[in-house]
Amino acid sequence: MKDKRSLLEKAAAVPHTVWIVLFILGPLLFVLYFAFTDTRGNFSFSNIQLLSSYSHIFFLSICFALVATAFCLLIGYPLAFVMARAKPSTQKLLMLLMMLPMWISLLIRTYSLMTLLDNGGLINSVLVALGLEPLTVVGTGGAVILGMVYDFLPYMVLPIYTSMSKLDKRYLEAAADLGCNPFQTLFRVVLPLTVPGIVSGVTMVFVPSISTFYISQKLGGGNFDLIGDTIERQFKYASTYHIGAAISLVMMILILISIAVMNRFSDGDGEEMIV
Amino acid sequence: MKILSRSYLFIVFALLYAPILILVVFSFNEGGSLSAYTGFSLRWYRELFHDQVALQSLKNSFMLALGSSLLATLIGTFAALGLDRMRHRYVRSAINSVTNIPMMNPDIVTGVSMMLLFVALGGMLGAGDVLGKWTMLIAHTTFSLPYVILSVLPRFKQFDKTLREAALDLGCTPAQSFFKVELPAIVPGVFSGLVMAFTLSLDDFVISHFVSSPDFQTLPLYIYNQTAHNVKYSMYALCTLIIVTILVLLLVVNFAGNMGERTKRKKEAVK
Repeated sequence: MKDKRSLLEKAAAVPHTVWIVLFILGPLLFVLYFAFTDTRGNFSFSNIQLLSSYSHIFFLSICFALVATAFCLLIGYPLAFVMARAKPSTQKLLMLLMMLPMWISLLIRTYSLMTLLDNGGLINSVLVALGLEPLTVVGTGGAVILGMVYDFLPYMVLPIYTSMSKLDKRYLEAAADLGCNPFQTLFRVVLPLTVPGIVSGVTMVFVPSISTFYISQKLGGGNFDLIGDTIERQFKYASTYHIGAAISLVMMILILISIAVMNRFSDGDGEEMIV
Repeated sequence: MKILSRSYLFIVFALLYAPILILVVFSFNEGGSLSAYTGFSLRWYRELFHDQVALQSLKNSFMLALGSSLLATLIGTFAALGLDRMRHRYVRSAINSVTNIPMMNPDIVTGVSMMLLFVALGGMLGAGDVLGKWTMLIAHTTFSLPYVILSVLPRFKQFDKTLREAALDLGCTPAQSFFKVELPAIVPGVFSGLVMAFTLSLDDFVISHFVSSPDFQTLPLYIYNQTAHNVKYSMYALCTLIIVTILVLLLVVNFAGNMGERTKRKKEAVK
């Protein structure tokens, strides 16, 4: 068979391919290289071995990210449910309102939350004016989790809303006709059918939560060292690239594994549903 | 039930917007306080407009966003064409997977991996510290590419191939049929890819944080540095201006019917 494609068509993807090999694969190879060498460039496992002293940071970050993701799901799922059942014109407006914060820089959103909660912030001055005790929020673990939930909630709501609005209303009627009460309908029909939305929502909240450093710096008041903070310090201030590369590598692998597991989980459910 | 769900909606949206609204209100506050509103003033805006570093960062941000989005759109559009015509399925899916890595990886990993590349290459070539505007341009182009391709490639796929044959039958050369028939059909995808790349570049902080140097600051980097230690009130003014700009842009883009694509794409990438 003769190749009828023009030269342009054959070569069109070449610059892109070169670019991604140089600037996507290349950098990842350097992460591998730095993670497995010492400062003199010799092959070494010492960085990986050193990671055990960072295990509490990994543990804390995973806990924070999981709790924040769970809160986002608990708040976001009912929200998406309510949004999907509003009038079409209202739905459009609600979508716009949900998206606007996503386009405002994370720095600005986190910063505005911090100034509101701060010791001299508006909430505390209102409390003092009412004759109540001021609250210390900034600098606690709760504030860091609150910041994650506040910043990433829209990333949970939008995918769930999308799969919710695709859901055929007749399924709900059928379930009710066949004797389901509203809770049974929710747990046995709506929830399984929106698993794909939940999976992408969870991923889109968990990944930025586990790798954040600005939120923990601003709202944690420097009291909490998360993976992101540790990596940032190694690269921006300490110039200990080798250990930083090892931490980044482990985090990347952790995240890729959890994404793969979650996708398998949602695919499996989807097949069951069709059967 | 209806009252319950309405009040739930109201509470969540109120909490979501409260910090932002308070920031906007206090940017017009005369006194330097976050808790007591002492009167309307444009003092912080005046201070901001006299801040040369802020103005320079704004200019840098726009130049970088313009440059990287044009470059990403150019490379990405050709890549979409090539991927659409590609015969080898495995090569195509390999290219797609690699392209999407920056969308799945946490930004911090993308940032530090690029920093390692630039620092190591700079060391090897004896160029010393290479971090600066060129490394920023490369990084921003790289993370914009998947978004451009994902908005252009479907246009090629949806294009009715019989139209091309018709054009050839009616006497067009292959080049004419491409430029006169196929290209106009994909232009909307190219344009939305360009807008997406532009906004992603303007918004990026994490990746820029690692591949930049102090002599080339963008707006997010400037905000980060200013808010690192203590509260600066002119930042309230800056944030307010940015929020208003985004609101206006979002309304404009919304009418053009481009909404939701960013989320949809991220979602597709995750799958």
